[in-house]
Amino acid sequence: MPDGGIGASNKRREDVRFLTGKGRYTDDFNRPDQTYVWFLRSDVAHGRIRKLDISAAEQMPGVVKIFTAADFASAGGIPAGWMVTDRFGQPMKEPKHPILAEGKVRHVGDPIAAVVAETRAQARDAAEAIELDIEELPAVVDMRAALADGASLVHEEAGTNLCYDWGFVEDNRDAVDAAIKAAPHVTTLELVNNRLVPNAMEPRAAIGEYDAADDQHTLYTTSQNPHVIRLLMGAFVLGIPEQKLRVVAPDVGGGFGSKIFHYAEEAFVTAAAKAVGRPVKWTSTRSEAFMSDAHGRDHVTRIELATDLQGKFLAIRSTTLANMGAYLSTFAPSIPTYLHGTLMAGNYTTPLIYVNVRAVFTNTVPVDAYRGAGRPEATFQLERVVDKAARELGIDPIEIRRKNFVKPDQYPYQTPVAVNYDTGNYDATMDKLVEIADVAGFPARKAESAARGKLRGLGISSYIEACGIAPSNLVGQLGARAGLYEAATVRVNPTGGITVFTGSHSHGQGHETTFPQVVASMLGIDPGQIEISHGDTAKVPFGMGTYGSRSLAVGGSAIVKAMDKIIAKAKKIAAHLMEASEADIELKDGRFSVAGTDRSVAWTDVTLAAYVPHNYPLEQIEPGLEETAFYDPSNFTYPAGCYACEVEVDPETGVVSVLGFAAADDFGNVVNPMIVEGQVHGGIAQGIGQAMLEAAGYDADGQLVTGSYMDYAMPRSNDVPSYKVDHSCVTPCTHNPLGVKGCGEAGAIGSPPAFVNAVLDALNGGGIAVDHINMPLTPSRVWAAIQAARA
Amino acid sequence: MPQVSMTVNGRKVTGEVEGRTLLVDFLREGLRLTGTHVGCDTAQCGACVVHVDGRSVKACNIFALEADGTEVTTIEGIAKDGALSVVQAAFQTHHGLQCGFCTPGMVMTATSLLAENPDPSEAEIREYLEGNICRCTGYHNIVKAIRAAATELGAARVAAE
Repeated sequence: MPDGGIGASNKRREDVRFLTGKGRYTDDFNRPDQTYVWFLRSDVAHGRIRKLDISAAEQMPGVVKIFTAADFASAGGIPAGWMVTDRFGQPMKEPKHPILAEGKVRHVGDPIAAVVAETRAQARDAAEAIELDIEELPAVVDMRAALADGASLVHEEAGTNLCYDWGFVEDNRDAVDAAIKAAPHVTTLELVNNRLVPNAMEPRAAIGEYDAADDQHTLYTTSQNPHVIRLLMGAFVLGIPEQKLRVVAPDVGGGFGSKIFHYAEEAFVTAAAKAVGRPVKWTSTRSEAFMSDAHGRDHVTRIELATDLQGKFLAIRSTTLANMGAYLSTFAPSIPTYLHGTLMAGNYTTPLIYVNVRAVFTNTVPVDAYRGAGRPEATFQLERVVDKAARELGIDPIEIRRKNFVKPDQYPYQTPVAVNYDTGNYDATMDKLVEIADVAGFPARKAESAARGKLRGLGISSYIEACGIAPSNLVGQLGARAGLYEAATVRVNPTGGITVFTGSHSHGQGHETTFPQVVASMLGIDPGQIEISHGDTAKVPFGMGTYGSRSLAVGGSAIVKAMDKIIAKAKKIAAHLMEASEADIELKDGRFSVAGTDRSVAWTDVTLAAYVPHNYPLEQIEPGLEETAFYDPSNFTYPAGCYACEVEVDPETGVVSVLGFAAADDFGNVVNPMIVEGQVHGGIAQGIGQAMLEAAGYDADGQLVTGSYMDYAMPRSNDVPSYKVDHSCVTPCTHNPLGVKGCGEAGAIGSPPAFVNAVLDALNGGGIAVDHINMPLTPSRVWAAIQAARA
Repeated sequence: MPQVSMTVNGRKVTGEVEGRTLLVDFLREGLRLTGTHVGCDTAQCGACVVHVDGRSVKACNIFALEADGTEVTTIEGIAKDGALSVVQAAFQTHHGLQCGFCTPGMVMTATSLLAENPDPSEAEIREYLEGNICRCTGYHNIVKAIRAAATELGAARVAAE
């Protein structure tokens, strides 16, 4: 089957190299004369460095140089990319995040010293010979304890562990309080959104290289956004101008947010390569990843939903403590605020909403965006409290949602939490879900389970997310320190082939396959003639990268804009070649024709003319056929859908089995259905992982007790079912040229509440009254809840 | 340093290794066969699965010296004459990979499964993949790909009989 354009499930062209072991991941690269670095990391959560003696370690075999904070006295701190202003108008606390610990360690894993040696093993051996004495300080792990009077301070200079106290929308605060006080019914839920470790299967890696001949730095790194790393590291940390710094992110083995951020190790290898005059390579072990990759989620929330007695939503008040960890990671301040508070309306017409978030420093690994990033936290509390309200009011969980959905005739819909939904149809996705999840057949399946002594439950959730981030002028007002457009260059070659340089970055999303489908559809040529280049600041003019389900909606739109320019110029050339009026030129199936005639020229005639301009309108247009475009969206996109999870609970053991999962999504238009469905599958598995298995745990002293796959439960093939996914409900995005919304995060956003709602439906439907169980719903937690209910 | 010799993808190789050198490091750094990946350090993720004397082995879990004298097949040795194996092709057709990092281990494990059990059920496939973690696909399409490969290989066997 030949490859098709938009709408075709083309097989992925990148697969062949991945399937044959020819992928090019960062750790697969070795540079000539390369050295290796091993980081000595803190094994205590909080302490003052009393002694750091590297003299014995320097004598160890193979050691090239050992670095400490003193070597980075002139470097800046690792910056936060967002400034949040608190509800009193004050800026957030933004303490310095040094490359190597300056006198104090603030979490287990905080790097203290770095040994550069001839081999990795020698670097590791020498690190063990460093004499280190740390005076332990009391660690703050629990967020409430961190905010208590007299709590040990993670950053003394901040004077508090409170990073910010944010209210949204602050002007709604009193009205929401009054509405909740006056409401006929209020459903309240206190819950934890559990801390997760992203765990992309490729551990992070970085190689720094310096060419003294022309003062050029190169950083190879596992990044979702190499230009952003170049900007943050070059401008804020090391003082290297963009033209002297190249950042390459080759094949990257998954990201899920964790490879957005600029990490200290990247700055280290870049600076160290110049200092030692040789390339410096770092490859994280998985154990290191657990204590140095930014974690996700970690919110403690109280949500109140005021309703009338028929289940109409009147007001929502959400109060959250959000863990920042020990330092502010790149996106961290924005996650519990602008990617969380703005989503609190969900799919519903609740007229009054107030969100309060207090962000807290603790002696734990920094917390930042993880698949969904703020939106799963908003969706989880909302969809849980809606389910609880339905139970309290005796209303069917599907009906209470329908009763409050924004209806198709209400768009554009202005929420009370700033965002404006352009389009959607939530009843349509609910109808589709009811069909594909076979909701009608559930009672029979439940009876069959009951006959075997098992409790079957069906859990429903709805979600909406804000994707395609973002309008730069809007996020600028909200405190973003960068624009969030995307860039693309389309280079048409003389013989008609095309190279597209995109600022989006693929680390599993399949851009090398889908972006050519878009370009091919615009020209009517074979996608096989189109190559995608990404992940190298020396090739791609600029880019903001891939996160927040933005690649197609923003990066794809930039490609369309550049292609519009290409086609406009190509039509001028074609008009000249055919001695016709430009207005009469039509493009179809790779040929330019003069409307109403049989005259035409091929795409390749035009491209050749552009580069061999013997017969060419040189007085009107330049030779060549290459265009660049930047696309800055005018609004977010709003993918939405309805999910159903079906579980069976063994009431004797608390073991939960996921028997089925169905997802009905509205992603707008879809370019490659196969890839879109794969994205949903993966998101659902991560959501089930969060809800059933995963939790990053710290003990009271701040020791990470889940530091490997032996104690952090990753979802495995046996833990999850096959999924039924549907994306046939389409309301195209109204403000980008492709009508696309983004699909990367949806699965991870909609699935945790569906799972928890299913378990609670099983228990309550089996006569075991349980209001809530905190994630992950491990057998011991479910069993304990059953025992407590029966007591 | 001790010497180690083995046959890798049909080629005889010899190298010097430390006693602590893992097979995966010998393959990746000694032989520059970087298709075999390291995803963890506790022998849990399966990104490093290779075949040693025909059996699936996590190459991070044995020393290079333990593989002395064996026949090793890595992901680079699966496609023959540039043509993807049935399992590899099924992974592409059914979108059984996204970032590709766990993929070599998945293909090696799936190839072993079908050698041992030519017609596995979905449950048997999921059980067999227990030692291979994928963070991208949610396993759905991996399971589908292996089932499809089993069907195709089964049809080929019938045709050959």
